[in-house]
Amino acid sequence: MHRIEVFPIITDTRAAMRERKITGLGIEARIIALTDTYTIDKNLFKEQLEQCALLFINPVIEKYSIDDYCIHNFEWVVDVGFLPGVTDNIGATAHQTIEDCLCMPVNVYSSQTMYLVGGTYSEIQKIATQFANPLINKITIRKRNEPLCITIPKVSLQMPLQSTAAALIDLDVSDAALVAIGNKGINGPLALDGDAMKAIQNYFRNKGRKPTDVELESLAQTWSEHCKHRIFAAQMNNREGLFKTYIQGATERILNMKWGHVTCPSVFVDNSGALVFDDKYLVTHKVETHNSPSALDPFGGAITGILGVNRDCLGFGTGAKPIINTYGFCFGIPEDNKKLYRTKNVLMLSPKRIMEGVIEGVRVGGNCSGIPTTQGFMLFNEQYRAKPLVFVGTVGFIPRTVAGKPSHEKKALPEDYILMIGGKVGVDGVHGATFSSEALNAGSPATAVQIGDPITQKKMADALLEARGLYNSITDNGAGGLSCSIAEMAKESNGCFVQLENIPTKYAGMAPWQLWVSESQERMTIAVPPERVEAFLSVMKKHGVEATTIGKFTHSGKCTVKYGNETVMDLELDFLHNGLPKKKVASTDELARHREPILKVPKDLTHVLTEMLNRANICSREFISRQYDHEVQGGSVLKPLIGKGRVNADATVARPLLDSYRGIALSQGIFPSYGDIDAYWMAACAIDYAVRNIIAVGGKLEQTALLDNFCWCSPNDPKRLGQLKRAAEACYNTAVMYGTPFISGKDSMHNDFRGFDEYENKISLSIPPTILISSIGIISDIRKCISMDFKKSGDVLYIIGKTRDELGGSEYYAMNDVVGKNVPMVRLDETIQLYGKLEKAIEQGLVESAHAVGLGGLAVSLAKCAIAGRKGVHGDINQLHLPQYKTLFSESPGRFIVSVSQKNAGAFEKMLECMYFRIGYVTPHMFFVRDGSKLVINTTLTALERVYKVRFNKW
Amino acid sequence: MVKALVLTGYGINCNEETKYAFERAGALTEQMHITELIENKKKLETYHLLAFPGGFSYGDDTGSGKALANRLRNTMWEELLQFIAVGKLIIGICNGFQVMTNLGLLPAITGEYGARTVALTHNTSARYECRWVELIGSSKCIFTQGIDKIELPIAHGEGRFYASDNTVNELTKRDMIALRYAKNGFSAKGEFPYNPNGSLDDIAGICDESGRIFGLMPHPERFIDTYQHPLWTKNLPKEGAGLQIFTNAVRYFI
Repeated sequence: MHRIEVFPIITDTRAAMRERKITGLGIEARIIALTDTYTIDKNLFKEQLEQCALLFINPVIEKYSIDDYCIHNFEWVVDVGFLPGVTDNIGATAHQTIEDCLCMPVNVYSSQTMYLVGGTYSEIQKIATQFANPLINKITIRKRNEPLCITIPKVSLQMPLQSTAAALIDLDVSDAALVAIGNKGINGPLALDGDAMKAIQNYFRNKGRKPTDVELESLAQTWSEHCKHRIFAAQMNNREGLFKTYIQGATERILNMKWGHVTCPSVFVDNSGALVFDDKYLVTHKVETHNSPSALDPFGGAITGILGVNRDCLGFGTGAKPIINTYGFCFGIPEDNKKLYRTKNVLMLSPKRIMEGVIEGVRVGGNCSGIPTTQGFMLFNEQYRAKPLVFVGTVGFIPRTVAGKPSHEKKALPEDYILMIGGKVGVDGVHGATFSSEALNAGSPATAVQIGDPITQKKMADALLEARGLYNSITDNGAGGLSCSIAEMAKESNGCFVQLENIPTKYAGMAPWQLWVSESQERMTIAVPPERVEAFLSVMKKHGVEATTIGKFTHSGKCTVKYGNETVMDLELDFLHNGLPKKKVASTDELARHREPILKVPKDLTHVLTEMLNRANICSREFISRQYDHEVQGGSVLKPLIGKGRVNADATVARPLLDSYRGIALSQGIFPSYGDIDAYWMAACAIDYAVRNIIAVGGKLEQTALLDNFCWCSPNDPKRLGQLKRAAEACYNTAVMYGTPFISGKDSMHNDFRGFDEYENKISLSIPPTILISSIGIISDIRKCISMDFKKSGDVLYIIGKTRDELGGSEYYAMNDVVGKNVPMVRLDETIQLYGKLEKAIEQGLVESAHAVGLGGLAVSLAKCAIAGRKGVHGDINQLHLPQYKTLFSESPGRFIVSVSQKNAGAFEKMLECMYFRIGYVTPHMFFVRDGSKLVINTTLTALERVYKVRFNKW
Repeated sequence: MVKALVLTGYGINCNEETKYAFERAGALTEQMHITELIENKKKLETYHLLAFPGGFSYGDDTGSGKALANRLRNTMWEELLQFIAVGKLIIGICNGFQVMTNLGLLPAITGEYGARTVALTHNTSARYECRWVELIGSSKCIFTQGIDKIELPIAHGEGRFYASDNTVNELTKRDMIALRYAKNGFSAKGEFPYNPNGSLDDIAGICDESGRIFGLMPHPERFIDTYQHPLWTKNLPKEGAGLQIFTNAVRYFI
C-alpha cells in the first residue's frame, strides 16, 4: 500500500477559505497545508509511484510526497476520506489514470488531508466535523510524531456465508405481530401499515406458501408512499381521491374543453410530463423533492436529487435530453444556533450547514452535467429547521418521432432483454423509498444517503441519446431501484424474469433482496429487442458505460426473480401493482383563527423599504446564480440575473434550438406563509404567481402548463388533510379557469421530525404545508420577450391590477411578527381579462419592462425593477386609496409593474382599458414615492442596491 | 471545404454549441467521441480545425483537465504533434484550455510542445463563477485577429492563470497573450470581478508562438448571436461578438 499527497506550492485559496471558517468557530488554529491524497492498494516500485505522482500534479503549481507527510512542522494532521462502500469518484478517476499509464489495474482511494498548527484535540475534532459528514466520511486525526499509517477503506459485509438464499418470512401470526412486522420490518423498515400487511398475508395464504424477504421488500418498495402516493390517492371522506378529482381532474377538463391551446401528449403517466414545442419537438418537465436525504447529508442529498430528476428526463418516452435544471430551497434560518438531536447524542446539522451543502450539491450536479441551472428560489422559515425542502426540476427536449414512432410512447415487448446500465450496485441507498415515507427519527438508516456521480451519469446520458431508437422502453432506477423500475416496465409487456446474480456489484456479499431494492445511483433499466442488443452494447462500450443483461421481459403476468437456481420472487403483477388496499382517510375543515392586527403606522417608510429589501426572502441571492452555470448549451435568453443591476429573475427564458427563435419560459410560485391562514389561497396564489411571471416576460396563458409539488406534514391528522383538500381544490379551480393543465406532479407527505432539543426534551417539528407550482410556457418568438429592468428615464410607470388590504401572511407582517387574517386572494374574473390585455400589449411591442408584483408588495417590486435597470423612480400612490404602508407592502396577487415609453403610453392605455394606474415615471437615479403632496419614500438607487445585495454578498 | 472536429465524451459538455459556432462560421463540423478518435487516430489528419470544448472531462477529479490530458498523451501524442506541424489550428475552451495546458500544447514557448509551464488553478474566490466579463486583446493569435475588445461569459471554478514571472515575460515579449480581463477598456489589474479568478496579469487566453494554437477560459461559443447577451433587451449589435473567433479560424484556410 502507498500514499501520494499532492499539495500546492502557490497560495492555496481552498485552505484560505477553510481558515476563514475555522476563525468563524472562534478557534485559534492555522492550516499550513491542504493536500489531495491518493491511497493506492497495491505494492508498487518507487519509479512507478513517481510516474503516478507526476500524473496527479502540474509541476508549475504543485508538488507531491510519497509515503510520507508532505510537511513535518505540523501539530495536527486531519485526514478526511470516505467510509467503506461510499462512492469515491476521485478514486475511480485516479484508478483509470494509473491504469492507462502503468497498464495494470490499481485500486485508488481519495481523501483530503489538512495539516494544522494550534488548537486542542477537541478543537481539532470540531474543525474536522466542519469539513466532513460522519455518515459518509471517515475522519482520522493524528498528532505530530505519530507515524503515518496507511489504511484502505474496504467494505466487509457482515454476511454469514450461508446461503445466497432468500429468507422465508412467517406471516401466519397474530394481527399485532403482523403490524409489528410491517412497522419494524425484517432487514430494516418496511413502512407497511396493517391493511397492507393483511392483504399480503391473504395473498400468501391463498398461495399456500410463505413469502420470501425479497418479495416483502419488493412489495414494500412498490407500495411505499413515495411510489404509490397513497395519501393523494386515498378515498377522502368516502369520495374519490384528491389526485383524481382535483389534479388529474383539472387537466382532463382543460384538455377536453380545449380551453388552452397547449397540447400535452403525455401527462402524469411517464417519468416527466410533456407538451408540444413545435412541429418536430416535445418539451418535458418534472420537479422532484429530495428532503429527508438532504437533512442528513445536504450535499449528497441535493446532488442525488438533481441527478435523479435528470434521469426522470432521460427516462421520459424513449429518452429526452436534459436542457434546463431548476431549483427551489426552503431552509431554516441560517443564523439559528439552537441544537437539535435525532437521538440523545446524534446531532442534526445546523441550518447553515444544510444550506451550504444543498446549494453546493445542486451546483456540482448541474455544472458537471453540462445542464444550465436557471430558474430557482430560496425561502427561509424556522419551521424548515429539521426538514429542509429541496426542490429540483429538469426540462427535457425530444424529437416527436424516434425511429418512426411517437417518442412519448414506449413499450417493452415480451422477449426484450432487460439491461441495467450505468453504475454498479452496492448497499448504499438501500431503503430510500420506505425511509422517505416515514418521519425522520432515530431509526432512519444511514444507508439511505447516496452520493451521485455526475460524470458517470453524463457518460450514460450521452450514450443513451446516441442509442435512441435501439431500445423499446426505458425507466430510471430511482426509489426502490430495480424492484420498482423493472416491475413498472413489466406492465408494458405483462411480465418479467430476472436473474439476480447477473447484476454487477461493487463488492461481494450482498443479499438477494439488497440487489433487488438497492438505490445505488446513475442506473437505468432498458428494454432492448434481442436483435439490437449487440448494437446497443457497442454504443455503451464506446462511451465507457457499463451495461449488463439481467433478464427478459415476458408475458407471464408475473414478476419472477431467481438467484442461481432458486426462485426468490414469484408474484402476480396484478397483485404487485394493484393489491394495495386503497387508504381511506377523513379530513376536517378547520381554518386557523388569526386576527388582523392593528399595527402602529410606521413613520419612516423609506427605512421600512430598506429593511424589507434586506430580508432573507427578498434580498439578492446572486451568489447562487453566479455559481450555477446558467449559460452552458448557449440557450439562455432571459437569465437568472437581470439587467446591469443583476436582480434575481422570477421567470427565465431559454431557447433549446440555437437556430430558432422559439423559446421556453419557466417560473415558480410558492407562498407557504399564506397557508398559515388558508391553504386554499396559498395554492391559488402560487398558481397565479407562476403564470403571471410567464405573462410578464412575454408568454401566453394558452401556451402555459403547470407542475405541482405538495410537501405536507402529519398526513394522518384530519386537520392537515383538510388543508390538503383545500389546496387541491384551489389547484383545480385556478388551473381550470386559467386553462393551464397540470402535466406532472409529485408529493412528499411526511415532512415531520421527532427528536430532542439541547435540554433533552422530546420535541417534534413539522414543516408548514407547502405547495410549489412550477410553470412552463412556450414562447413563439423570444425576440419579443420583455425583461423586468427599467430601460429609460422618462418612461411612464404603471401598476396593473388592484391593490387591496391583503397583508395576511405577508413579508411586512412577518417583519412585525404577526400573521394576520387578510390573506391575498386571486380574483380570477379580474386577472384573466387583465392578463389577456397585457399579453397583447407585449406582443405588439408597447411595453419596455414588466414585472409581476410578489413578496414585499409594490414598494419592493418597484425597487427591484429600478435596481435591475440602474434607474430611479418618481411615483405617486395617491390614487390607490389605502393607508400608505398597506399600499406599499400589500401582497395582492394579479398585479404587475410596467414601464412604457412616452410615445407608446397612449396606445398602451387604450389597450388596457382602465385596468391600470399611471403612477409616475422612471428617473435617472433618485427614488421618490409620493402620496399626493406628501413624500413617503425618499432615497436613491445606490442606497437601495446596497441593502438589496449586502446580506449574502460574502457567501 | 474547411473541416472542424469537436471532441466529445467523458464529461465534455460544451460540444454541441461549439459545433454550432463552427458551423455558423462556415466549417463542415463533426463531433467525435474521444474513444472513437483514439481508435481511429488517422482520422485526425482529415480535419483543419480541432476543438477541445468546455465541460468537466473526467469530472475534473485529480485536477481539472489532467485526466484527459494524460489519456491523450498516452494514446495519440504523435498524431497531435503532426496535426500542429502541418499548420492546422487548435482551440481549447475552458476545460479544453486546461487540457491543453496540462498536455503542454500551450504555451509551448520556442515550440517545445509537451512541457508544462503554465497552470489554471482554483479561482482566488474559491468559488465557481458564472458571469459575463469584458476582455481586451492584441496578439499574434489567429483566432482573435481584429478583436481588440469583446464581452464573453465565463463559467469555471479553476481559471486562475498562473506561471512564473519569467514565463509571463516571455509570453508578453513574444506577443502570445491573446486575451486579458478588462475594466472599461483597460486591463483589470486583478480587480474582482473584472478579473473573475485572480489570473496573473489578467490573462484570460494565450496562444503558442505560431498563433495557431489557442486556449481561453471564456466561452466564445456562448455569444454567437445577440439574444445570448445579458442586456440584449436594451440595445444590441446584430451578431454575437464571439462568432468572430470561429470565423477567423475558418477564414485562415480560405
